[in-house]
Amino acid sequence: MRSFSLTARLTLLFAVCAASVLLGLGWVVARAVDHHFLEMDRHEIEGKLALVRNLLVKADTPQALAVLPRQLNESLVGHPGLMVSVQTADGAIRFATGGGDVPAILENDARLARGRLVSWEEGQRWLRGLRASATIGLRPTPPDTVTIAMDISHHRHFMDAFRRTLGIAMALAALVAAALGWAATRAGLRPLRRLIGLVVSLDANRLGTRLSEKRVPTEIETLVVAFNAMLARLEDSFQRLSQFSSDLAHELRTPVSNLMLQTQVALSGTRDIEHYREALYSNLEEYERMAQMIGDMLFLAQADNGLLKPSSTAVDLTAEIRALFDYFDAWSEERGVTLVLDGAAAVPGDRLMLRRALSNLLSNAIRHTPAGQRVQVQLRADAESVRIHIDNPGVQIPSERLPRLFDRFYRVDSVRSRQDEGAGLGLAIVKSIVTAHGGTVGVTSSALGTRFSIILPRVDEHGGGVDRGGALIGPEGRHYQQDRRQIGRSGQSQARTPTTNRTSLVDSP
Amino acid sequence: MKVLIVEDEPKTGDYLKQGLTEAGFVTDLARDGWDGLHLATGGGYDLVILDVMLPGLTGWQVLEGLRHAGLDLPVLFLTARDQVDDRVKGLELGADDYLVKPFAFAELLARVRTLLRRGRTATEPTHLAVADLEIDLLRRRVQRGGRRIDLTAKEFALLEFFVRRRGEVLPRTLIAASVWDMNFDSNTNVVDVAVRRLRAKVDDGFEPKLIQTVRGMGYVLDPAP
Repeated sequence: MRSFSLTARLTLLFAVCAASVLLGLGWVVARAVDHHFLEMDRHEIEGKLALVRNLLVKADTPQALAVLPRQLNESLVGHPGLMVSVQTADGAIRFATGGGDVPAILENDARLARGRLVSWEEGQRWLRGLRASATIGLRPTPPDTVTIAMDISHHRHFMDAFRRTLGIAMALAALVAAALGWAATRAGLRPLRRLIGLVVSLDANRLGTRLSEKRVPTEIETLVVAFNAMLARLEDSFQRLSQFSSDLAHELRTPVSNLMLQTQVALSGTRDIEHYREALYSNLEEYERMAQMIGDMLFLAQADNGLLKPSSTAVDLTAEIRALFDYFDAWSEERGVTLVLDGAAAVPGDRLMLRRALSNLLSNAIRHTPAGQRVQVQLRADAESVRIHIDNPGVQIPSERLPRLFDRFYRVDSVRSRQDEGAGLGLAIVKSIVTAHGGTVGVTSSALGTRFSIILPRVDEHGGGVDRGGALIGPEGRHYQQDRRQIGRSGQSQARTPTTNRTSLVDSP
Repeated sequence: MKVLIVEDEPKTGDYLKQGLTEAGFVTDLARDGWDGLHLATGGGYDLVILDVMLPGLTGWQVLEGLRHAGLDLPVLFLTARDQVDDRVKGLELGADDYLVKPFAFAELLARVRTLLRRGRTATEPTHLAVADLEIDLLRRRVQRGGRRIDLTAKEFALLEFFVRRRGEVLPRTLIAASVWDMNFDSNTNVVDVAVRRLRAKVDDGFEPKLIQTVRGMGYVLDPAP
């Protein structure tokens, strides 16, 4: 479900808040006004009651009692909304304002509890009044009952009008608050919109743009920082990718232009057969180089797409290193480089892939070691991981170049030594293989030499591992025989020991 | 030796046919799966080289058809896709070996010869001899012209491989795979150095020179080039 826009959400919140506050305020004001009227009425009525009582107390002679109605009438003159009745103890009306005009309810109504101010509706009118007893001055007359009421319809009308006005005012105020809230929200969210505008304007060519971290509110700053970090990573990957494409094109252009040049020159005149043969051999060398590069590229592309699925067998690294030493023996001896192995370790993994990775690192180390010195391989194992260090003395690699060492086509020497080192994909392949095994690869370099380190987990991520007997247990507990499948690239590298062909790819049951 | 090539890519097919014919094989070329299967079931071939991506029947279907017809001749398949699944599938269906394109022709030739030699293994010889070179496989001793030559274990293995495959051009990658079990190109001239050292011991001071370099292809052990 799509959520409301922030502006709508905040505006609504503002409006609801403003309306509730106004509603509360209006209720308090209405209550206060109402109460004020009540007090006024009470004051009025109690004042009149005191007057009536005073007159009744003073009537201590029968004559005085006889003139009492007249006296009451006189003193109550000029109070049009006021209704007073005085009843004797036996229920006879001693006095009533306006002659017989006194409402029946005033004379005898259950709601008019003695001494309490009440209000009620009668006909078209709203009335408020109380009933109390009053002592007669002439003894031993029993006390009379005095009922005083006043018409409060005008109060009622006023309150109704007041409430209506208040309601309208409140509704208008709530609307204004909502509008202001909307404007405030818009203004408050402006940094966010500016941010969005910047983000929208970004494309692959403008990945170098960074959002300013200073001019944004603290709430968005984290977002901006995170976004900038993401941009930096993207820019880096993008640069690597485009660098990679242009490198690839360049790497292919060189052999293709060699091929074209050689062939065109060879065909430009009549040559003897030996010359043609020479040209073809020369072409063959270029083809082989290209085929190898394509194979390496395919291997890396598979790794990039997560298609590199190492098998999981128990790999005896000690034996692998020894086999590689054996392989490089003549070559390193010719270069005057000694190979030394220290330590022992085994790890679950793909034997052929790991062998390829180690071979790349080892040949790299031998190649860069000065004559008379030695390459040292150390195997270190602890509970969780295995470390493989390959140290070689030699020229220090500048530290700023170390992070790019595992990039494709990257060579430390900018002068390309195509004949000697291949296409510069060896270390990238090492990284892909180690990554596919869930491990990490790193390099350090000092004046003393260079060290490549591989760290491999001892329990593989597929859940398999090496059991006590050293045999491999797959994820389903199946035992696998060592997989002899190839990890190579081109046809040439696919050579398998011819005598092991038929059985080589089948899992043992 | 009759070899059937099933390959739809015109240039590849033609050059394979030419190369194998010149290497001494009798070759036929089928350009699609139906022709391939038809020829293979009736032609009395010793080996089939089968491309996987074919019009009509795929290489897999041709292979299944062959095995279904009860023909057990060796099949070498060619694939452009370097996918493990592809290879596993081919071998499970009963193919005997495979090559990933692009491959070196010398590599193909070496594989074809290996497959044809298989099944015809006579009793394992205890001695090998080329010209005046003698190898005692049991005692692991090498003599040339009656003179004892001391070789390291790997040099011995290398020489034995050369002698067993005498006359065949052996690509460097095949040598690395067979002698050292290194199934990838290490971008080094390791094999050249090893062969150079072996030559120094086996050929220096002797005639004829046994180990020849075949430029652009590899090495061959041949007493009479």
